[in-house]
Amino acid sequence: MLSLMLAIPAVAAVACLFLGDRAARWTALGATLVTFLLGCILWAQFDIGGAQWQFTERADLFGRFQWALGIDGLALMLIMLSTFLMPLCILASWDAIKSRVGLYMAMFLVMETIMIGVFAAQDLILFYIFFEAGLIPMYFIIGIWGGANRIYAAFKFFLYTLLGSVLMLIAMIAMIREAGTTEIPVLLNYGFPPEMQTWLWLAFFASLAVKMPMWPVHTWLPDAHVQAPTAGSMILAGVLLKMGGYGFIRFMMPMFPEASAQLMWVVFALSMVAVVYTSLVALVQNDMKKLIAYSSVAHMAIVTAGLFAFNQQGIEGAMIVMLSHGVVSAALFFCVGVIYDRLHTREIDRYGGLAINMPAYALFFMLFTMASIGLPGTSGFVGEFLSILGIYEASSWVAFVCTTGIILGAAYMLYLYRRVVFGELTKDDVKAMPDLSPREWAIMAPLAAVALWMGVYPESFLAPMRGDVTTVVARLAPAKPAGDAHLALGEGKPAEATHGSAHHGGGVQ
Amino acid sequence: MIADLALIWPEMILAVGGMVVLMLGTYLGDRQVGLYQLAALLTLAAATVAVVALFGTNEAVFSGTLAVDGFGGFAKLLIYAASAVCILVAPRFFGGAMRAEYPVLILFAALGMGIMASSRDLMTLYIGLELNSLAAYVLASFMRNDERSSEAGLKYFVLGALASGMLLYGISLLYGFSGTTEFAGVARAMGGELNPGLIFGIVFVLAGLAFKISAVPFHMWTPDVYEGAPTPVTAFFASAPKVAAMALMTRVAIDAMGPAIGAWQQIIIFLALASIILGAVGAIGQKNIKRLLAYSSINNVGFILIGLAAGTQQGVEAVLTYLLVYLVTTVGAFLVVLQLRDADGNQVESIPALAGLSQRRPGLAAALAVFLLSLAGIPPLFGFWPKYLVFEAAVNADLVPLAVAGIVASVIGAFYYIAVIKTMYFDEKSEVEVTGGGNAVEGTIVAASALWLSVIGYLFIPMLGVASAHAASVLF
Repeated sequence: MLSLMLAIPAVAAVACLFLGDRAARWTALGATLVTFLLGCILWAQFDIGGAQWQFTERADLFGRFQWALGIDGLALMLIMLSTFLMPLCILASWDAIKSRVGLYMAMFLVMETIMIGVFAAQDLILFYIFFEAGLIPMYFIIGIWGGANRIYAAFKFFLYTLLGSVLMLIAMIAMIREAGTTEIPVLLNYGFPPEMQTWLWLAFFASLAVKMPMWPVHTWLPDAHVQAPTAGSMILAGVLLKMGGYGFIRFMMPMFPEASAQLMWVVFALSMVAVVYTSLVALVQNDMKKLIAYSSVAHMAIVTAGLFAFNQQGIEGAMIVMLSHGVVSAALFFCVGVIYDRLHTREIDRYGGLAINMPAYALFFMLFTMASIGLPGTSGFVGEFLSILGIYEASSWVAFVCTTGIILGAAYMLYLYRRVVFGELTKDDVKAMPDLSPREWAIMAPLAAVALWMGVYPESFLAPMRGDVTTVVARLAPAKPAGDAHLALGEGKPAEATHGSAHHGGGVQ
Repeated sequence: MIADLALIWPEMILAVGGMVVLMLGTYLGDRQVGLYQLAALLTLAAATVAVVALFGTNEAVFSGTLAVDGFGGFAKLLIYAASAVCILVAPRFFGGAMRAEYPVLILFAALGMGIMASSRDLMTLYIGLELNSLAAYVLASFMRNDERSSEAGLKYFVLGALASGMLLYGISLLYGFSGTTEFAGVARAMGGELNPGLIFGIVFVLAGLAFKISAVPFHMWTPDVYEGAPTPVTAFFASAPKVAAMALMTRVAIDAMGPAIGAWQQIIIFLALASIILGAVGAIGQKNIKRLLAYSSINNVGFILIGLAAGTQQGVEAVLTYLLVYLVTTVGAFLVVLQLRDADGNQVESIPALAGLSQRRPGLAAALAVFLLSLAGIPPLFGFWPKYLVFEAAVNADLVPLAVAGIVASVIGAFYYIAVIKTMYFDEKSEVEVTGGGNAVEGTIVAASALWLSVIGYLFIPMLGVASAHAASVLF
């Protein structure tokens, strides 16, 4: 089943190279839809509460390592996210891409294969191959179909992320040497010596923090996002960033629990800086894509902080933030793409008053803005609430700083929305912009539906992941440092004695 | 003695075949190039069959001066394959200037390289090396009327002679301080107290060999010779002699100097890191694709040396696997270069002229992109696998800092590879109308090697593992 999901886009990619523009578009759309359908079957057949690894496949093709695939709930949800976004990305570039369509579609289909492969790989080397392979199609997508400064952005993206990943490879070799196996499920339960864990953790961190991206190694992201074509930004923000988060929860935390506990403060510190700093940077952006890119960094910082809270709420919340951000940021990038296609500028000041001539667009944009801010009822709220809850349990100060980030998030998103959509409709070229076309409706509607679904009934998304999160939490439990929230939990004491200290006042804001 | 002859069939076939083609050329003149080409290819094919038949044997012949073993066999297979390709593609390149000597020289060079890869004695080593080098000097200046070609030949000759001198000096020191030229005897002397004489011997021998594999700091000739030599010859230089010299260096290091690993390991580590870094940095400013590939070969030799620096069987296996993959990639890349011609049929070597190649010749551009990304070692291309193996060998030999330094430096290398891809894919079409294109043979070789390097190669890992393990085991 998983091999089939990998094969369909791969075969379609080769086919697209040889097809004409029109045929390539339809082939790509067909292949991604079929893959999405297979993804839905995967989800339907996933046995919640069953074995940890399901749909496992093994073939001893490579001698030194295996073609081993299999998914747990975490991987399932991320595969669903990838397969869901992919047909929308193809649709989003239906008219926008006019040159070398076959190559473009092939690159996206290869990208899909790689993304599914990253989340489904059960062999360390296989995982690395998929993880690194993602650089190549993205390099082409940014470099060929990107904006004016695309070459700089493509190089920066490629070299930055490559430099991060190579250290992870050395760490993987050391792990394979120590444990004598390349199988991820075995490595997950292997106890690496604590001093070795620290080094391995740092090497993995170097790679995943760049991918994530965490402050201060996030600088490739705004460049890549701004220059990439709309669909490229959608997939970059929607799925590629999630590879970093997936790496944290799949490798770093369960494989190196002691080191994770030891170096938790590093993650917290970087996350806190990122939340505040990148939110402030986002506030002053004049380029819409750059603004959303910085907001991505801020959201990812909440993910890392939530993950390193080491408790059920924090990790579940982080996962939901990842899924929600995948949908919402992809949608926001598409919103930018819609008006970019009409006016060919991303400058915020060039727009204004879109609510008047593009009401449907304004409505969707509003929904996604709210989801990004984390308004109750949208997907963003569930994730942010859960992660902040988890973080609060671990450290109220971190929770306090992360919460300010959310407030700032509301500020920059609403400020963006006000400048683009509200106000007077004065500019003639803006007045001439038509509202959403049926194709754009077809992209907006599913994204909006999922954002609301995740906000109203997150249990459908949480249920498959719960067991796996529990496993990770259990694995971390021996190493877990005591959170400051627990210090105050007394038994039978008066309420004001427990919660009255100024120390905790911050977290409740 | 007579019994020994039965074990050196490949060498005999090549020697006789080479002389037959030479005679044919003398009597029939240069018009029958097709015939010589065919005869040379048949000779190589026969020699290949002989090597395969002897793959399992492990014996020393002629009083222990020459080894017939899997290690030599593995290297010879690569050498013969590369030689055959370089003979196949030559006629179209040279056109009317094709001469009978070309296949003859390649055959003799292949013979010399086979001897290099199998030598167990310092004298055999030197004979093999010189036989190869002399043929190579002539090949480099094969286009006598071309200034660059003649310059390349002269430069190669002068610097090569210098390197041979150093090597010979090292050999004489080793002989003087160990009393024998046999590898096993030298190894025995190394096993005892290391005196300065032996250490100097090690240094000079390694320096001489480093010249042949063009490792930094003995790499200066490489870009000039690669640029000046006719492209099929460059493809030859970048592939077969590298394999032979690397195999020779491995055998000398492990077999003859094995006990003194402490003495040579640091030298190899220095050569490796210097080659990786300089090969990467030097390539950045290059505007000529052949010079760029020259630096790329320097860079890749650095990675191969990491495997040797490990000094373990795993390291040698990695070296052999790397050589195979490197050979396929390099030959493929040069065949692509060979096909780049402008509207008048002149060779296009300038990188800026490749701008927009992906739109003019999509297949060719894709193949070159595969080769370059494979040389950079980016998965999922197969060039990743040998890099993984050398780093694994280094980590398992407790050389983690070396592995880390090497892999970080590989990112610098990635820069210029992706810069060429940028030119081909991102830039607007250049002024130069790149047309040309090769014949079916070249196209097939390019397509097959590109496909093999894309992902299909991974399916060959078990086979490669068995073969390289068998080959490497004879040294330990």
